[in-house]
Amino acid sequence: MKLTGAQILCESLIKEGVEVMFGFPGGAVLPFYDVLPDYPQLRHLLVRHEQGAAHAADGYARASGRVGVCVATSGPGGTNLVTGIAGAYLDSSPVVAITGQVARPFIGKDAFQEVDITGITLPITKHNYLVMRAEDMAAVVNEAFHIASTGRPGPILIDIPRDVFIEEAEFRYPDKVNLRGYKPTIQGHPAQVKKAAKLINEAKRPLIIAGRGVIISGACPQLKELAEKGQIPVVTTLLGIGSFPQSHVLSLGMLGMHGMAHANMAVNAADLIVAIGMRFDDRATAKVSGFAPHAQIIHIDIDPAEIGKNVRADVPIVGDVKNVLEALNEQVSPQNRVDWISQIEEWQREHPSTAIRETESLLPQYVVRQIHEITRGNAIVVTGVGQNQMWAAHYFQYERPNTLISCGGLGPMGFELPAALGAKVACPEETVWCIAGDGGFQMTIQELATVVQEDLALKIAIINNRFLGMVRQWQQLFYRRRYVATPLAGPDFVKVAEAYGIAAVKVTDRLQVIPAIERAMEHQGPFLIDFVVEPEENVYPMVPPGAALAEILEQPREEVSAR
Amino acid sequence: MAKHTLIALVENKPGVLNRVASLFRRRGFNIESIAVGHTEMPGLSRMTILVDGTAAAVEQVRKQLDKLIDVVKVTDITDESAVDRELALIKVRANPATRSEIIQIVDIFRASIVDVAADSLVVEVTGDEDKIDSLFHLLKGFGIKEIARTGRIAMTRGAAGPITVAEEKPQQKAARPKKTKGANEISNL
Ligand SMILES: Cc1ncc(C[n+]2csc(CCOP(=O)(O)OP(=O)(O)O)c2C)c(N)n1
Repeated sequence: MKLTGAQILCESLIKEGVEVMFGFPGGAVLPFYDVLPDYPQLRHLLVRHEQGAAHAADGYARASGRVGVCVATSGPGGTNLVTGIAGAYLDSSPVVAITGQVARPFIGKDAFQEVDITGITLPITKHNYLVMRAEDMAAVVNEAFHIASTGRPGPILIDIPRDVFIEEAEFRYPDKVNLRGYKPTIQGHPAQVKKAAKLINEAKRPLIIAGRGVIISGACPQLKELAEKGQIPVVTTLLGIGSFPQSHVLSLGMLGMHGMAHANMAVNAADLIVAIGMRFDDRATAKVSGFAPHAQIIHIDIDPAEIGKNVRADVPIVGDVKNVLEALNEQVSPQNRVDWISQIEEWQREHPSTAIRETESLLPQYVVRQIHEITRGNAIVVTGVGQNQMWAAHYFQYERPNTLISCGGLGPMGFELPAALGAKVACPEETVWCIAGDGGFQMTIQELATVVQEDLALKIAIINNRFLGMVRQWQQLFYRRRYVATPLAGPDFVKVAEAYGIAAVKVTDRLQVIPAIERAMEHQGPFLIDFVVEPEENVYPMVPPGAALAEILEQPREEVSAR
Repeated sequence: MAKHTLIALVENKPGVLNRVASLFRRRGFNIESIAVGHTEMPGLSRMTILVDGTAAAVEQVRKQLDKLIDVVKVTDITDESAVDRELALIKVRANPATRSEIIQIVDIFRASIVDVAADSLVVEVTGDEDKIDSLFHLLKGFGIKEIARTGRIAMTRGAAGPITVAEEKPQQKAARPKKTKGANEISNL
């Protein structure tokens, strides 16, 4: 049966199980939009900026574990996707981005809205395609979804010239992919697993560092088994939050620049690090030469290029985390590491990193904690970038995978709202809280219109400190308190929300926090709360840039008692 | 720091050279030379890439290259016994007085003269880098008008076995692909 390229694309997307796309039309993709009504299985959500489409597809992918799809036209449509694609790339999120391109005869002529988007996205995609014939379309889509979702997941871009959408070809969907250059290693090498088990069994002060790879691989039960069997405490990276229940006695929370003091101290004192599905990002390790100075390192990851990239590995194991942990758990002997664990508990008592100081003023930490209390932790939290992101990580207790959605690798302000919208589309039954900074929120604020048009019952908390808070914190601590280009004279967010048709309240007093959150939860549709918080509150603990993980800056004591 | 020779077998598709070159640039590596040509296997090209760096850094580049979907196989043959060759064309000034001296030098190097003009000769020479450099320096005295060099190509000697790709069955779509890509060979880690 002969179909047009646009029809083949739709048929192929359906074959891949796609139900939702986030997109924005334009000339080069019009033939594709034109056939969409014939495929009601494919729901298209109209965003208000293509950056929103890419972040929404990413949020959808993170919340559901499925491939997220976004669509944009040629030229500016494609370039607007770039930030979102880069975010998905750095956090290994499976996204397929479809862009229109100028018609084939115009390629290379600097035609109207022609941009070399495959060239631009080369270093921020796992792979990308320019489809030059309609007959290649089905195979390309098939490969794209396969590559995006297997091995170490990542974004794929498919660029399609306008006339290829119109060209006709025979449609046959391939049931196999044949990629001789792409064969991820799944099973860990048995000899390496054996070595790792031996190190674990002999270690006195072992520590697990769990990353997002644990969640992607679906290995949370295996991680729990390893921790419990070997009595090994667990710290996570920012993206690893949710891989291990934070209420568990062996959970130490997050490590890194804004990690828990006792978690960083444990890394510093450990004699063995079991790093699982994480990539030793500099925000997690702090100064690499000072990282885990007494420890041997077992590094388990599906991507061989991560092994030895930033930190030496004594026992590397390349493979899918779940497979490797299953094999490892068989060889790890039950232990009782009372001394080590009580040492860490003592550090935790002496350095309570998530204590909230007593004060009359409205603290952002208190806001996040109340969102946790009122939802009883039953929510997906999507964060912006900066202080709000760290408070969301610290003061909400995460028990399940994929409940914290945060763009850690790229750190793009503007992620919060569209990603939360994508997460809500993926999980309509879940409560989704978008925790935003007043700066980042304004970068993609127009997606409020998408929220309304698509009737998404998002709950939005703006942590409004009237500053680009995290940058202000650096200026305060490292640039003699010169607040250059960081104060924000923001809009009235309640009026903005109301203009978009979203119910909203402003909260300026501590006592209004609980009623406002309760009201948001009871409200049927989307709801926004503008929390006007203490403007110069800082995120602690903090390891200053360039310092080692052990050099922890905690909330100054006089500050704690003075206010 | 030492020079490493990497052999990459890549899909013969548009843009592959760009993907490889872009990766070197992004990861902060300098390619000293790169030579590309067809292989005995349909659809596969062979790249010989000369790169400068520490063993650990080059190993990182090798793994990153291996991650490119269009790169089927990458091998670092630096420590293996291998034959490596470059080809150069050198246009050297010549007049009736110097011509025979140049021909003598060319003979010693088992190079050949492939073009003769009133005031110049074109010399073709193959060999390893040192040989070509030596000839170049000898001819320099006569005046070099132009030089073109190919960059190194290399092949392991007989005993090492060829660098090829076995034909394989396509992967079933439903299951995640298994089979290693050499990544788990302990020697590689
Ligand atoms: C697109 C983008 N531009 C600049 C930055 C640098 N940056 C990191 S945090 C931050 C401040 C964020 O301010 P806000 O959104 O109000 O959040 P807060 O830190 O106050 O919670 C800035 C400017 C960034 N991460 N992303």
